[in-house]
Amino acid sequence: MATKEQILDYLQEVFDPEVPVLSVVDLGIVRKIEIDAEGTHITITPTYTGCPAMNVIEEDIRAKMKEKGISSFDIKTILSPAWTTDWISEEGKQKLKDYGIAPPEKSSPDKGLLSNHAKVLKCPRCGSMNTEMKSFFGSTACKSLYVCNDCKEPFDYFKCL
Amino acid sequence: MSDTKAVNKALFDYLLWLGDNSLILGHRLSEWCGHGPILEEDIAITNIALDLIGLSRLYYTYAGELEGKGRSEDDLAYLRDVMDFKNSILAEQLNGDFANTIMRQFLFTAFSYHLQNAMLTSTNEQLRAIAEKAIKETTYHLRHCSDWIIRLGDGTEESHKRVQDAVDNLWMLTDDLFEPMESDKLLIAEKIAPEMGAIRKQWDATIKQVLDEATIKTPEPSYMMKSGRKGIHTEHLGFLLAEMQFMQRAYPGAKW
Repeated sequence: MATKEQILDYLQEVFDPEVPVLSVVDLGIVRKIEIDAEGTHITITPTYTGCPAMNVIEEDIRAKMKEKGISSFDIKTILSPAWTTDWISEEGKQKLKDYGIAPPEKSSPDKGLLSNHAKVLKCPRCGSMNTEMKSFFGSTACKSLYVCNDCKEPFDYFKCL
Repeated sequence: MSDTKAVNKALFDYLLWLGDNSLILGHRLSEWCGHGPILEEDIAITNIALDLIGLSRLYYTYAGELEGKGRSEDDLAYLRDVMDFKNSILAEQLNGDFANTIMRQFLFTAFSYHLQNAMLTSTNEQLRAIAEKAIKETTYHLRHCSDWIIRLGDGTEESHKRVQDAVDNLWMLTDDLFEPMESDKLLIAEKIAPEMGAIRKQWDATIKQVLDEATIKTPEPSYMMKSGRKGIHTEHLGFLLAEMQFMQRAYPGAKW
């Protein structure tokens, strides 16, 4: 029977279909792995309630477990505590940056509730601070759209949640 | 202690109300897909639609479990008719122009934000967990629509007029958001659901703050339509359901 550490290693090979450089472990959505007489129990939590990737992620985990010969396992989804971008690992943040997505800045609420003052972010390509937010909502629910005024490249920001 | 069966029935109705609000408004927003005034906004609106539809799934799934008759989230979304839907009539209104969509969104989201905030202290674990999850997303939604209300209201003469018209037209549907059911009393007594009075006060304050900044006049109290939760809807909901439920009606039991 596989150990917890092995299961975790296997899960490192399951990637977020929308940000394919991050594994489900990097992303912080794997909350718990338990192994008992009945098998392996994996607990995950959704990033966004409407995230269309969640079903795919669950299927991918299933496929990975089967591939690794783990036959008796179940996947449980929990809502609480609610996922936060603070759970993205440091390694994960670096991978995001290398992929061209500005990683979430530490700790949640970015701005005042009713005002829309965007954070000042570093361009993940050229490092310039001369960037501006174009839209709160980017190519997926978890991202905002920014543009760098120096290198002129648009980039995604993984927004804090 | 009230008897569990009555509380569960009240909670089931309450969850359908929450889920229906979220699903119907989410569906309306999804109609903007490919029609947004600018690309970024097209993406923003559809992202918010996705969050709302995702949230309705959580409410429906829980409602189905509570009911114990084996109804799934899909059964509750696709196999009920107009009179069974409990959503506020505000949520089902047509998109109209962009100002109307954003105003409808703002009036609803401010309500939803304060309601979810209050549900963070619900004695019901599952409702609390859903609120904890939803409030983070709703906070982004509220910022998004508040920002637009201010930008358009305090914008050009044309945009100002459209925002003012939108709030004047939608205002009579806002009391419906807060309209309680008799059975809510059971939930309030058990501290499962919050009292609407407090939510209403917070909503009034948020609306006024943003409309003032947007140089938009808050409408005077007038005739209010209140019937959504009782299943009495405007003509628009039937058409919406006809489209949304088409697949299940034409091909019962069809699966992806």
